[in-house]
Parts: sequence; structure tokens; C-alpha cells
Amino acid sequence: MSATHLVRAFRGIVWREMLRFLQQRERFFAALVRPLVWLIIFAAGFRAALGISIIPPYETYITYDVYITPGLLAMIQLFNGMQSSLSMVYDREMGSMRVLLTTPLPRWFLLLSRLFASVIVSLFQVYAFIIVAQLVGVQLPPWIPIWTVPVDFWPGELGLVVPPLEYLTVLPALILTGMMFGALGMLLSSTIKQLENFAGIMNFVIFPMFFASSALYPLWKMKEGSLWLYYICLYNPFTWAVELIRFALYRQINWTALSVVVGCLVVFLALSVWAYDPSRGIQQRKAGAAAAA
Amino acid sequence: MQREASGDGKRRVPVLTVKDVSYWYGSKQALKDVSFDVYSGKVTALLGPNGAGKTTLFSLITRLFDASEGVIEIAGRSAAEWGSRALGPLGVVFQQPTLDLDLTVKQNLRYFAALRGLSRKDADKRMEAALAALDMGERIEERVRSLNGGHRRRVEIARALLHSPELLLLDEPTIGLDVPTRSAIVKHIHKLAREDNIGVLWATHLFDEVEEDDDLLVLDRGRIVARGEAKDVVAETGARDLGGAFRLLIGGEAEEDVAA
Repeated sequence: MSATHLVRAFRGIVWREMLRFLQQRERFFAALVRPLVWLIIFAAGFRAALGISIIPPYETYITYDVYITPGLLAMIQLFNGMQSSLSMVYDREMGSMRVLLTTPLPRWFLLLSRLFASVIVSLFQVYAFIIVAQLVGVQLPPWIPIWTVPVDFWPGELGLVVPPLEYLTVLPALILTGMMFGALGMLLSSTIKQLENFAGIMNFVIFPMFFASSALYPLWKMKEGSLWLYYICLYNPFTWAVELIRFALYRQINWTALSVVVGCLVVFLALSVWAYDPSRGIQQRKAGAAAAA
Repeated sequence: MQREASGDGKRRVPVLTVKDVSYWYGSKQALKDVSFDVYSGKVTALLGPNGAGKTTLFSLITRLFDASEGVIEIAGRSAAEWGSRALGPLGVVFQQPTLDLDLTVKQNLRYFAALRGLSRKDADKRMEAALAALDMGERIEERVRSLNGGHRRRVEIARALLHSPELLLLDEPTIGLDVPTRSAIVKHIHKLAREDNIGVLWATHLFDEVEEDDDLLVLDRGRIVARGEAKDVVAETGARDLGGAFRLLIGGEAEEDVAA
């Protein structure tokens, strides 16, 4: 197996995922609308009720919409990870996974490539959301003006601006968290017998992970409200994904978050490669038929 | 009873060797000590009623299932030793359609070519030739969803041939197709085997897809019950045609499952 073959195959897998993503425009809009509803409606309501004290990485008081933005970025990635694993279950059921698995490429490479492809798709969604969030007034790291002119019809200036450095520093964090959620989704997809069971599993995973985390409230506030809930949030990997993104968005590294995310990624990935059996659906149907006979 | 019909006496090198392969689904044995060879330049028809074990056998050859017993070698490479690399010389058309419906014919084939390590330029050249040979050159930019079943099958065959495989596996590829399309595909595959020296293993339960000088394997309840050239198998059973021979070989139990 040559390196050229591996590179071409990886590029092919990423290219196919991108094509599928571009053709499913509703998926892209759903990915944006979901967190925007939280940001615009939910955050607006809580902005008045909830004050966020100064906690790292913030150096000043922030509004609630600024606080929940990293959590919403992680939510986009979590949904994308689950969507990607749903597509793997679909591919397995529909048979197109067989095309992938009957090539002379190692199974771990194929799974890892699918995982990377799904992370790349999630990055498009995340950056699009960051830009939209800024357009609706969330005070994230501002774009750097190169050449601007004031205009009457816009509250500010228009011209040539470039993204802030924070957009770059958050990228490694987003790749890691995207891979962690993708690996978790892959692990779930390898344990799911049929497509129909997937929606239930997603509800069991996505919502508890999101709500029982530091995405909506800081951990110290959770501790004041309920100690047992605080511990659930503390041991929830989603909390640490949110914190890794939050710190990276302000050019800082939260080492605990980084360790937890990398640790979980390795565990989820190892388990999913070990557990992934493409013939599962076929074998179970055949075994079921044999038992019925 | 297992029968071996005589061949043409020439020494041939197998492109696929299956030796003493057995497989179980739980406690139910699906394949029992299956052994046979497939040779370059020949179509080997694998005939059997529904549930005979044809798809299981294909899943083992393509490594979708791991063979618990026995040896499978593709062009001299055993899956046990070579792992997934043993699948290099293999092209497959599955019974279940596996094209991405939302992508165009070209995008589907380019994706497969990339998985096989072909460059974009080489892939485009090969796909044009493969599609033209199947009268599908005009449809290259169309979405697969807009193609009928016969055209989708042709695209799948073109895809399986893109990387110039030494062995082509076809798992009931003509199922659900009309007679002219079926006939065209059968002719094309036989031509490919002869002209490009490809070994073909063709699982079917349609007798008219088997030509008299094809190699034939009859699989029944997980066992090979006859093998040899089709005409020799028919002669050995004393039947008038392949349908009669088949019914005799499997005890007449599967008349409803097969068709002339």
C-alpha cells in the first residue's frame, strides 16, 4: 500500500463527504438555525436574568450570549458527529459501506478518514455560525480592519477586514473536539443494530450531554444549585470540549480540558475501531432468519 | 453427492482459490467445506436456490465476514496473510445497489477510483472507456437517482472494472432487470472475461445466464453439489438442459427459486 494510494483515498473520502454536505443544504441551514435559536431567543431571555461574573478565560464581565457561544459551537459539532454516525449506519444498511470495505485499505484507515471528513464538514458549520453570531451582535473577538470607510446605511464601517487570530487559535481545539464527538458517534453507530434505533440513542446522548455541561451555565453556578448535578457536569466530556473551545477562542489553553478531550478521543476511537463490524446488520438478519427457520 | 465434471485438460492457474471454507450464523451452518477455483479468462457461474449460501460465500471472499475455517486466496494472496491488501485484484458488484444516488455517475466513479488509488486523470480516462463499453458514456454527468435499474447496474459494473481487476465477483447483478438489459450484461461480462482475461465468479439463479462452456458450481444448503463445465454437468446428470440438471442435483426442491 503506497502513501500515494492512502493520500488519494483520503482525499476521495473527504471529497465525497463535502459533496454530500453541499447537496444537503437543509442540513447546513439546520446546523446554523439550531444554535441561532438558542443564541437569539434563549440567550436574550437569560441575558437579563443571569449575570456572569469574571471567570477565566474572560478578563471582564461578559454578556450571557458571549458565554454560551462556545457551548453552541460544541453543540454544532456534537450534532454533526451524530449526523455523521447516522450516515454510517445508513451506509451500512444501504450497502454503500461495502464499497469502502472491499477496497484494499485497512479498516482503521477508512474509519479515521471518515472521521476527519466529518470534522472538516463541521468546521464549515462552526465558522459560518461564528460569523452569523457576530453579525447578530455577539461580542466575540473582532475582525481586524485593513482598510475601511464609514457609511451611512450601516452602524459602523465597511471595507476590507481580516479574521482575528483567535479564529486560528480555536481551530486545533475544534478539530480535537470534532474528532471526539465523531468518534463517540462512530462508537454508538457500531453498537446500533438498525437505523430505526438511532433517533432514540441520539436523544439519549445529545440532550443530556448538552444540558448537563458548562455550555449553558458555569460550573460554579451549577454547584450552587445542585451538588450532584455539578458532579455530573464535571465528569461529562462535553463540558471539557466546551471549555477547550472557550479558552482557545481567547488564545488560551485549558490543560485539563485538553487532557480530557484527548483522552476521551483515544478511548472512543479505539473502542469504535474495535467494535466496528460492517457485516453486523447482515449477520444479525441472517442469524435471526436462521433462528426463525 | 459432489460431482466433478471433466474439463478441457489444459493446465489453468486459478485467480481465486476457495479451500475447505465453512461458516456459521450462530449455531446454523451456512457453508460446509466449500472448495473450488475460479480461472482467468473464464466465467464461473455459481448456481443455487435462495438461501444456498451464495451471498455468504461472497461476503467471505470480500472479507466482509471473516472465514472461521478454510482458506481463500485471490491471485495467490490469502486474506489471512495479506489482510485487506488481498482485495487489490478484486472487483465486486453486490446484489444490493451500492451507488450514491445523490452523486452523478462521474462523481461515484471518481470516488471509487480514489479509493483504489487511481489519479484523477487516469480515473477519468478509464471511466470514459468503461462506460462507453456499456453504452453509458452519454450519462456520465447524470445523477444516479435519475437512472433506471439497468443503467445503475451498468454503472456498477463499470465501477468494478475501473482498476482493471483480475477477479470480478458478481452477486446476482441482473436481479430485477428486463430481459434485453440482462442479456446485454451477460454478453458483456463473457466478452470481458475472454478479451481481458478476467476471472469472473457470477452468482445467479437464472439458468439462461450460464453459457455451456462456462465453469459451473452448484451450491445447495451450503455445499457444492456439482462442479465442472456447464455442458459436462448437464451431461453427467443425464438431464436435457441445465434447468433439469439443476433440479436433479438439488433434489427438485427449489423449482420455485430458480428460473429459466
